[in-house]
Amino acid sequence: MTMVTTPTQVKEAAVAAPLSRPIAPSELKKKLRHVAAVTVPPLVGLIVLLGLWELACQQAGAMLPPPSKVLTDTKELILDPFFDNGGTDKGLFWHLAASLKRVAMGFSLSAIIGITLGMIIGQSKVAMRALDPIFQVLRTVPPLAWLPISLAAFKAADPSAIFVIFITSVWPIILNTAVGVRNIPQDYRNVAAVLRLSPLEFFAKIAMPASVPYIFTGLKIGIGLSWLAIVAAEMLIGGVGIGFFIWDAWNSSLMSEIILALVYVGLVGFALDRLITLIGKKVAG
Amino acid sequence: MNAYLSIDDVGITFQTEKGSFRALDHVNLKVEKGEFISIIGHSGCGKSTILNIVAGLLQATEGGVLLENREVDSPGPDRAVVFQNHSLLPWLSVYDNIKLAVDKVHAKSKSKAERHAWIMHNLQLVRMDHAKDKTPNEISGGMKQRVGIARALAMEPKVLLLDEPFGALDALTRAHLQDSLLEIQRRLGNTVMMITHDVDEAVLLSDRIVMMSNGPAASIAQVLKVELAHPRRRVELADDAQYNHYRAEVLRFLHGHAPASAAA
Repeated sequence: MTMVTTPTQVKEAAVAAPLSRPIAPSELKKKLRHVAAVTVPPLVGLIVLLGLWELACQQAGAMLPPPSKVLTDTKELILDPFFDNGGTDKGLFWHLAASLKRVAMGFSLSAIIGITLGMIIGQSKVAMRALDPIFQVLRTVPPLAWLPISLAAFKAADPSAIFVIFITSVWPIILNTAVGVRNIPQDYRNVAAVLRLSPLEFFAKIAMPASVPYIFTGLKIGIGLSWLAIVAAEMLIGGVGIGFFIWDAWNSSLMSEIILALVYVGLVGFALDRLITLIGKKVAG
Repeated sequence: MNAYLSIDDVGITFQTEKGSFRALDHVNLKVEKGEFISIIGHSGCGKSTILNIVAGLLQATEGGVLLENREVDSPGPDRAVVFQNHSLLPWLSVYDNIKLAVDKVHAKSKSKAERHAWIMHNLQLVRMDHAKDKTPNEISGGMKQRVGIARALAMEPKVLLLDEPFGALDALTRAHLQDSLLEIQRRLGNTVMMITHDVDEAVLLSDRIVMMSNGPAASIAQVLKVELAHPRRRVELADDAQYNHYRAEVLRFLHGHAPASAAA
């Protein structure tokens, strides 16, 4: 008899179980363990790094302030990023916003021109042969080397800075887009040929979507270079901007402010990189 | 009176880095409307090259292809191709893959509502209407090939070109798709030209089997007329003397023409 009843009891228990437990404790534990596994190592790394820095710079003759001193020195800057005393005496938010605005303009320009040019040289062998050697040479020119030329051409600080962003970030976008177009599988080209797609339809419906992953690789490299270039360019052109803020702090020997600005520059650069990755994932679907 | 599709004395020479390579030589074939033709031969015999010339994706060096007495000189939707690796666009859904073709080919002849109905009709034909919103990466290889066939059928081609359409599929899926294709072709009366290296597939589906000699300078060596009554059912045909005769005929041909390099 018991042999017969046992399976039904088990079955009943299995059916009843989900009703009596809204959240499985073991699952919650698993989730927490996963979160901990992801967050604990970087936190430990950060604490160890800060600790070493604190120890190294606590002596009287230290060249750099320890993190504790950086915090106390820049407390006001951290707590009030929005103050505006006119001129260049503004909170860090305004400096970062000014730099980001320049990057947004220069980078948008290089994205539009870079993707267009990349599509053309990826599709046409003649255009490729004509332009590729020039691009390969120009892309190695350091960002700041462009600044004097652009200052001479535009005779104003802001357009020059935007041009430097553009000329720095456009090359990886062009070259990656071109590789993407060149790597469109022959199958897709055959489909386009059988359907008799016009060149414009081919670009919109085949070439663009097929090369999205390559385009976003180019955009990701480009946004990183833009952010590198703007900080350097602003040191030279002055005005409001995080690059100028760092240079200004250096001239006033405010080491703690420089360190704070560097942390912000790093965080913003990281955020920009993630933003492009995120958009890329959304577009690729 | 000319044939519906005629391949007239086609030859093709490829210019490669190692010099010129003669792939096809004096290929002649006439295909009637509604006929199902298979081209069979060893790999490298240029059977796909013939298909690509008919599709217009390759240009013959000599001779030419006439479809309804008009010369074929470029690709077009009147000669829709089903490629071996399905070649669906992975960023479009199943529905949108067919829509791309239907919108292009039937832009003038059908209204928007008619085009939608036509897409759904063709998806139902290959029994893929349930997966219309999936992307190609979410469906199996056999399903992809069904969608590829639906896309080609939706173009209402004068000739349907199939380039080893089931070569990459497992045996069971292949059998299912062959049955579907046979049934659809009988119903719609399409003119079909199929490249294959599968003997059973060729005998089961074809009205005529075109056997190719080996390259270089490959040509048509023999044409076998398959006079099996329709509907053809694979299970019944397995014991059919005539079916096995045709099968043996093709096998004998292929083994008699084994390329020297393919002995391994």
